[in-house]
Amino acid sequence: MSMFSIFNVSGSAVSAQSQRLNVVASNLANADAVAGPDGQGYKSRQVVFETVPMGSDASSGVRVNAIRESTEPLKRVHNPSHPSADADGYVTQSNVNPVEEMVNMISASRSYQNNVEVMNTAKTLLLKTLQMGQ
Amino acid sequence: MFANMTHALDFHAKALVLRAERQRVIASNIANADTPGYAGRDINFKDAMAAATGAGASTLPLSTSAPSSGATHRNHIALQAATASMGASGLAYTSQTQPSMDGNSVDMDRERANFVDNSVRYEATLRFINGQSKTILSAIQGQ
Repeated sequence: MSMFSIFNVSGSAVSAQSQRLNVVASNLANADAVAGPDGQGYKSRQVVFETVPMGSDASSGVRVNAIRESTEPLKRVHNPSHPSADADGYVTQSNVNPVEEMVNMISASRSYQNNVEVMNTAKTLLLKTLQMGQ
Repeated sequence: MFANMTHALDFHAKALVLRAERQRVIASNIANADTPGYAGRDINFKDAMAAATGAGASTLPLSTSAPSSGATHRNHIALQAATASMGASGLAYTSQTQPSMDGNSVDMDRERANFVDNSVRYEATLRFINGQSKTILSAIQGQ
């Protein structure tokens, strides 16, 4: 049954999107994280998707190829009273942009929903096929 | 004689297989909606159906004098891109409606519309098969 592979394809997409959602969650959680004593703050992470062939020519799933760290400079905020402030009174924070992350989150959640809907439709069609001739 | 009875059923069975195939292709497109550089794919149902039934032998006038590249008149020049992008499997690549930076050619609105359209047509084909098999059964039982 060729339609069964829809569950593999959409399943791979759902798992990739949930990994993307996970990365967004850690970015947002660390949005205000302050750099440690070594000066290395949290760097925003992004997933990179990649097409993966599934069996035949027609069906291709998706998987997370890599998780890349952002190369943007870390945020430096002037706050001399902060315990982690350096000699000039600057505190180094993560380079997460919360607005970008929220947009990313909505996009991931919509894609997740789309794939769940695809699986539901495929399930309905398969069940109806099973009742053929009754 | 029995072959004559199931001939129409055979046609719908082939259509059902192609509909399932197309459903799978569209599901792949939706799955890869966020993959950079992915080129969406689709099946030209008319051509695939003509190939499956053996163009001339179909019960419907599927193959006309028009070439398969989407031209509606015999004097139209065949598009190189449209004919060349069709692979051996009958799968074509979709073009970008709204070009994006990542080179992904999946248009989510189009794919969703195609998906719903295809599932309705799949169900329609299923009903045809069910109806015809019921007709044959009642003919056999003679009640």
